[in-house]
Amino acid sequence: MAEKEIQVVQNIFDENDRIAFATQEKLGKMGVFVVNIMGAPGAGKTSSIINLIQQLSENKVYVIEGDIESDIDTVKLKELGIEAIQINTNGACHLDAPTIQSSLDGLSFDKPGLLFIENIGNLVCPAEFQIGEHIKMLICSAAEGSDKPYKYPLAFEKADVILLTKCDLKTYVDFNDEFFFKGVRALNKTAPVFEVNAKTGQGFEDVAGWLLQRKS
Amino acid sequence: MHEFPITEQIIKIASEKAKENNARSITRITLVVGEQSGFIGESIQMYFDIISKDTLCEGAVLEMENIKAKWYCPDCNIHYARQPFSFACPDCGNDGMPTNIGKEFYVKDIEIETE
Repeated sequence: MAEKEIQVVQNIFDENDRIAFATQEKLGKMGVFVVNIMGAPGAGKTSSIINLIQQLSENKVYVIEGDIESDIDTVKLKELGIEAIQINTNGACHLDAPTIQSSLDGLSFDKPGLLFIENIGNLVCPAEFQIGEHIKMLICSAAEGSDKPYKYPLAFEKADVILLTKCDLKTYVDFNDEFFFKGVRALNKTAPVFEVNAKTGQGFEDVAGWLLQRKS
Repeated sequence: MHEFPITEQIIKIASEKAKENNARSITRITLVVGEQSGFIGESIQMYFDIISKDTLCEGAVLEMENIKAKWYCPDCNIHYARQPFSFACPDCGNDGMPTNIGKEFYVKDIEIETE
């Protein structure tokens, strides 16, 4: 009987990442640009999706809605004529690559365009998982306070673009712009921050423009 | 928080590698766990003891190499460990930038017994 040491050096997320990459490639080849939308519960993910779709009227948009339970957001989107499907994790706190891969058959992908995947409302775990996206969009509302970058660094670090929503509420919540932006910039030197208001639509034209530029 | 599925993956990776090398059993699995990977060693050990039963991994010692998180200052071209709640470079005082040092999470090697 002999003992032997074997080098492995294998990332524990390998399998998830392999599937994520396959999804990203497959959809990319079909001309579908995938956006993973993360943010705390109630930050304004669905409202931002609805506003962006209004701005992206020349483009086909598909939506995958992720929630622990309920189809409230999917019903709302479908009523607006948007092709959307619901994933209920019944407990899991984030979407992962295998879950997204097995849901793709539920969408037609008959035209090139954009796929918005609304992740589970959670400022912690979604940042850790690749699910097949081309970019990660972080939705952060002014109502959550200006200290979020300091408390949830990974979400801000991993974001390719950040939407600061409910910016009309800043004065009511004593939002400190300098403190917020200092935290964001320390963690992320490149992601643009768009200040938006989903009730009036302010700011979403710029976000849509940025998305289309990234897509091309 | 996700230590259960993560431990299943560790056992899968180690078992596949061991089978490739005709192992009778695995005696040790070395993990590299960055301090910012978000995974708690004790939780992994707890799940490992349960899930490894009746697998090649049963009885294996789990060794964990911890890696401290480092930030990078582009002005000074140095890596540094953050002071608690600060992003500042110890040399120039400017806020540096995060790196992937301290976020590692992989199976480094295994020790097996062959026939």
